[in-house]
Amino acid sequence: MKSLIDDNRPIFMQIAEKIEDDIINGGLLEESQVPSTNQFASFYQINPATAAKGVNLLVDQGILYKKRGIGMFVVKGAREKLMEKRKDQFFEEYVSKMIREAKKLGITSEELMEMIKKGER
Amino acid sequence: MSNVVEVNQLTKAYGSVTAVDKVTFSIEENKIYGLLGRNGAGKTTIMHMITAQLFQTSGELKVFGEAPYENKHVLSKICFIKESQKYPNAFTIKNVLDVAATLFPNWDQQYAESLMEDFRLPSNRRIKRLSRGMLSSVGIIIGLASRAPLTIFDEPYLGLDAVARSLFYDRLIEDYAEHPRTIVLSTHLIDEVNKILEHVLVIDNGKLLINEDADVLRGSAMTVTGLATKVEAFTAGKTVIDKTPLGGFHSAIVMGKLEAKDINQAEELELELSPVSLQQLIVHLTGGKSKDKVVGF
Repeated sequence: MKSLIDDNRPIFMQIAEKIEDDIINGGLLEESQVPSTNQFASFYQINPATAAKGVNLLVDQGILYKKRGIGMFVVKGAREKLMEKRKDQFFEEYVSKMIREAKKLGITSEELMEMIKKGER
Repeated sequence: MSNVVEVNQLTKAYGSVTAVDKVTFSIEENKIYGLLGRNGAGKTTIMHMITAQLFQTSGELKVFGEAPYENKHVLSKICFIKESQKYPNAFTIKNVLDVAATLFPNWDQQYAESLMEDFRLPSNRRIKRLSRGMLSSVGIIIGLASRAPLTIFDEPYLGLDAVARSLFYDRLIEDYAEHPRTIVLSTHLIDEVNKILEHVLVIDNGKLLINEDADVLRGSAMTVTGLATKVEAFTAGKTVIDKTPLGGFHSAIVMGKLEAKDINQAEELELELSPVSLQQLIVHLTGGKSKDKVVGF
């Protein structure tokens, strides 16, 4: 089940993120067609203009492209591009935060490594 | 993009009471607007002036580029669904829809009939014998099936249950996507409609408080929580619209987009940041007693 749109952040960004997620987890394959803005609008009960803004954001970033008269498609190589972007975000959002919190609690790098290994099991 | 409604310094006074006070805004073609505000803020008065049911005391008003009063050309393009709209008691639902069909040039009879089934309305029942919620459904069906270039819903859902409201939002989005037109929704149920809105107008005490793209407003305020002294340090020089102390802790709502350096500073100060929803934001902005608030985005 997909988490629904919240109204704490701009909705067009959330739509763009949902499309990105689908590309990363294989729900949307490269060169396949993306749902139309009207489909997004009725699925998430959002304004079609806002949905279009989210889709266009990914067009500007070279993740989607438009086939005239047919619709939007996923660019070849989009998945790898997104994975790189998400790895940078992962460092910013999770790793830096984790290290800061670890320092606060007096956890050493060695202990932190141990914990990560433990978590992987 | 052309403007469907242009309002300039619009004022409506009743004796010493100024219901609408020098309001200036425009409504662009084919967008969905939210006209929000507390009871008695002046929303309905503004809608009545736009739809030529009230004269303004002063100021300019243009609808589809013309003055709306007794202007058939303009009025035929407007559908205004009022809160607790009255229909003749002896009419059946079918009679009411037949009249509506003659009033609106873009009326879609087939669509109206499919909406009747969706909302489970018995077409032969008389208006007198309808429940409050059913009457509201009649208004919603007229508003949707009229496909009027400017459709205004003023609190259209008195007595409507959650299922029917959700159905209204679904049908509105679907039909708007296929037949783009200008829609104004006036409501208190901000949480329910906010995802549908493209632009938000907030009226408070007869004045226009917010005139902004809905997506700009989302995420335009943050709640900052932490030790009182640290919250003070963080909020210095920022626009704070609300403050709640809790022992040694403080919670403050800060307007404006936070930059990366602000977020870093908040983390260093061990402050917690959480987003404020559109409804919360409007509640805070219109909740106080202060009569002259200035908000900048």
